[in-house]
Amino acid sequence: MKSDRESLFSARNMKLLTNPLNDENPITVQVLGICSALAITVKLEPSIVMAISVMAVLSIANVVISLLRKMIPPRIRIIVQLVVIASLVILVDQILKAFAYEVSKQLSVFVGLIITNCIIMGRLEAFAMGNRPWPAFLDGVGNAAGYGLILVIVGFFRELLGSGEVFGYPVLEKIGLYRIGYEDNGLMILPPMALIIVGVIIWVQRAKNTKLIEEN
Amino acid sequence: MKKFSNFYIFSFASIMVIVVAAVLSVAALILQPLQERNVAIEKMRNILSSIHVESTAADAQEKYNRYIVETFVINSEGEKLEGFDAFTIDMRVEMRKPLEERHLPVFVGMKDDGRKIIVPLHGKGLWGPIYGYLAMEQDRKTIYGVNFGHDKETPGLGAEISESWFQEPFAGKTIFDETGRFTSIEVERGGAEPGDPHAVDAISGGTITSKGLEAMLYDCLLSYESYFKKEGN
Repeated sequence: MKSDRESLFSARNMKLLTNPLNDENPITVQVLGICSALAITVKLEPSIVMAISVMAVLSIANVVISLLRKMIPPRIRIIVQLVVIASLVILVDQILKAFAYEVSKQLSVFVGLIITNCIIMGRLEAFAMGNRPWPAFLDGVGNAAGYGLILVIVGFFRELLGSGEVFGYPVLEKIGLYRIGYEDNGLMILPPMALIIVGVIIWVQRAKNTKLIEEN
Repeated sequence: MKKFSNFYIFSFASIMVIVVAAVLSVAALILQPLQERNVAIEKMRNILSSIHVESTAADAQEKYNRYIVETFVINSEGEKLEGFDAFTIDMRVEMRKPLEERHLPVFVGMKDDGRKIIVPLHGKGLWGPIYGYLAMEQDRKTIYGVNFGHDKETPGLGAEISESWFQEPFAGKTIFDETGRFTSIEVERGGAEPGDPHAVDAISGGTITSKGLEAMLYDCLLSYESYFKKEGN
């Protein structure tokens, strides 16, 4: 058996993990997976559960597809990828219903819609089909973390400004903002504000990371 | 690129489908009891909430046993039916049947100030089903409390039916007028008249959900009308 001379946490492998957090962020740079980022980020808790669910699905799917990559007939590879994703998503949905019922009610159809999350299909087709399992696993974790990072930032601001809470804890009430006439911004709860927050994140990110700015 | 024969592709697809089916069926079978338990606990919490008993997933069972002292099933004439379990009856199925064939569950809650008659509700909102429980005072005319839930009403609009500001005004309203005629509760667009005993405010921007809720109250409570009148007098 050919040994893998590269160490498990070599610089090249670590880049798979860290690149999607910033330079190749699936949401803010590739603009994938936006629909779920709008829908489930009203509060922090579902955002985190969604991020973990996507991480589980994406990393496992990446490994499975990578292991099978030499056996999968190219003509039906998209179908195979979809079957792998769909079964993992159904598993995640079932597990959430059994162990995190409240959260699974909040996420409702969006767990099922992980199947259609473009990030997952994109990583399977672009990375897992051509790489060994370990890098594929890191790529899956990295991309899901990049996705989750944005979800958590958006969820934090929407919950704080929309309901005045963080993780359901009434922060703004405790520090007494309401007594001086502050009111929650109801618009924050609606999907358009998620889009605007994502836009602000993209703006801040590009201001800091100038190599992302396209020339034209 | 490596060539794959049709036979290989066909076998690969078949084996894949069989493996996936096996894995998912096993997972579903293993997790089913836990999931059913969660659904039952949520139902208990909703029933308790209609008589103003707050509970968590952990203490729902214990509080349900403490506060819900009796359950039984009646028909639309208000006669008790034997051999049915009120807790497992699905109101969604019952409401599709003709009035005379419905099996109607009744839960009796016991609070410090008397027995409360709790009945389940099921109807249509804008995007999907809405449901809930309504608790009547001992006089069987006055509402003691309500609990509404929904699957996919619009957040901030129709979804407000599950918020306390919408549910609280129901308490103290009556579903029969002075002559004993069934009036149900109107969900009034633009706001109910202050002091109107048969109406509450609708949700601005949630008119269709509000109207759906009004229809749900009318249809479901109508099934229980004879029962309320029978033992009420």
